[in-house]
Amino acid sequence: MRKSSVAISMTALGVSILIFLMLNIMLGSVSIPAGTVVRIVFGGDESNEIWRNIIFKLRFPQSLTAIVAGAGLAVSGLLMQTVFHNPLAGPSVLGISSGASLGVGFVVLLSGVFGGVALSRLGVIGEMTITIAAIVGSLLVLALIAWVARKVRGNVTLLIIGVMIGYIANAIIGVLKFFSVEEDIRAYVIWGLGSFARVSGGQTTTFIVLMACLLPFTLLLAKTLNLLLLGDYYAGNLGLNIKKARLIVILWAGVLVAIVTAYCGPIVFLGLAVPHLCRGIFRTADHRVLLPACILTGASLALICNLIARLPWMDGALPVNSVTALVGAPVVLWVLFKKRKSGA
Amino acid sequence: MEQHIDQAIELEAITLGYEGKKGMKRLASDITASLNVGTLTCLLGPNGAGKSTLLRTLCRFQRPLEGKIKLFGKPLNEYSQPELARTLGIVLTEKLMVSNLTVRELIELGRSPYTGFWGKLQKEDEAIIGQAMTLTSISHFADRAVSTLSDGERQKAMIAKAIAQATPIILLDEPTAFLDYPSKVEIMRLLHRLSREEGKTVLLSTHDLELALQMADHLWLMDKTLGLRTGTTDDLITRGEVGRYFDREGITFDTQTRVFRLADPR
Repeated sequence: MRKSSVAISMTALGVSILIFLMLNIMLGSVSIPAGTVVRIVFGGDESNEIWRNIIFKLRFPQSLTAIVAGAGLAVSGLLMQTVFHNPLAGPSVLGISSGASLGVGFVVLLSGVFGGVALSRLGVIGEMTITIAAIVGSLLVLALIAWVARKVRGNVTLLIIGVMIGYIANAIIGVLKFFSVEEDIRAYVIWGLGSFARVSGGQTTTFIVLMACLLPFTLLLAKTLNLLLLGDYYAGNLGLNIKKARLIVILWAGVLVAIVTAYCGPIVFLGLAVPHLCRGIFRTADHRVLLPACILTGASLALICNLIARLPWMDGALPVNSVTALVGAPVVLWVLFKKRKSGA
Repeated sequence: MEQHIDQAIELEAITLGYEGKKGMKRLASDITASLNVGTLTCLLGPNGAGKSTLLRTLCRFQRPLEGKIKLFGKPLNEYSQPELARTLGIVLTEKLMVSNLTVRELIELGRSPYTGFWGKLQKEDEAIIGQAMTLTSISHFADRAVSTLSDGERQKAMIAKAIAQATPIILLDEPTAFLDYPSKVEIMRLLHRLSREEGKTVLLSTHDLELALQMADHLWLMDKTLGLRTGTTDDLITRGEVGRYFDREGITFDTQTRVFRLADPR
């Protein structure tokens, strides 16, 4: 792809983010006239306090959360697919989001049994606990994976070990569910549906700022990722320290997934589907193009999913995870069919 | 480095093999050999003789169980990874498993030991990449995806990558395998030219004996029981070594005509 057409596609993606951001601000379960929305956002119309609050305290934070979460998941999916040479690798594949679920499962499901009070009733403290539990859970799995990565040589072995860790985590969650009170199970299930809206106030700002700071650093990995494409031997011969590179890429992808999962719950499919979309759009294997493309496409797609999830006539009832799967699954299927046709 | 070194590779009493859980598995031992700068050397021997292991050991993908390896007089294990990337380039038999990667992008990656973190190419790099493509005459399919190339085209692209890497030594693991005969000849002539015109030290393993005997300056003959024997091609042929390594029941090497003959064609 020529440089100019890359620039055009990138700009188009950027514009699509702006458009869907605007739609996200305008549409929702409470209908506010478009003209009023524009006046509230740009003109500082302060006549309707409730509408102002809906826009600035609900829709804006939710949209920004969707943007950084989508970008983060897409990028980590790309990193995983490259490092494992596997088109079906994604953020969930190494058991990192299972680790987060396990951490959340422990505090949510056991709080009623041991603490005597359901965590879901604790408000902000409860939310913070869930965030911390998710990060601790996924970092523990990540540490385990990193330790294993240094021991085993083959990528496939590592991948299978990651999948196994995911199964173990899910099994433990199943056992935990059996012993917990109904209210906690409900809270856990809702967390598992994923949402860009759950986090509130100060936590949203922390999340958005954190992700906005971390995401650009991924671009530093572009050359490493390009070399990893060539396989261990060629990359090593071109001066790349394979073990170190593999570890850094996996850790970085893991940290991004851990943070997103901690704040938004385990959101599936975006991380798996977006890299394929980007390869389809840009027809390149160059990560200097694919990384920014994934950031933009991930953000755009997350905004679309968020929009569908809150369509006015749906009454905000659709969980984000159902929408991402409905959008993501066809993409994966398309990739599989296309692969079969080209005989690869 | 002021002193003149004419040995690109030196092997001193090398033992090849793997260190497994049940101790060491030796493939070949007491290998001593050297490679002169600017020569084309073919590594010949039956399957299982340890040719690939020897090449992998020279690339530092695995360590020799015993012995010393030197590149240009400096021990191999004292090379830093970036330094080694600028000294020794490789071409392997494994297929690249990447879709969407173009030939030009592949060759550009050959410059990565010289580029910064973003892999940005300078004018100089572009010139070297252009040269590499001209030398291997692949410029006309520079924008095609590597995954769509024929075996011969892909082999030339990989060689162009190694040329772009600008290393004085190039190692190739069976570069002529899976190719039709004209392509085999083309690759061998290309490698010959690289050693003559560019002063590269080229070492390749191959099963194409007769081509190797016609093109190579030196031969490394390798066999499980006979060990490693090295020398100039003419020398090894006239001393009957080639025959000793490859004669089997029903096949003999004719030293005069330099071809293998079936003892009884019927």
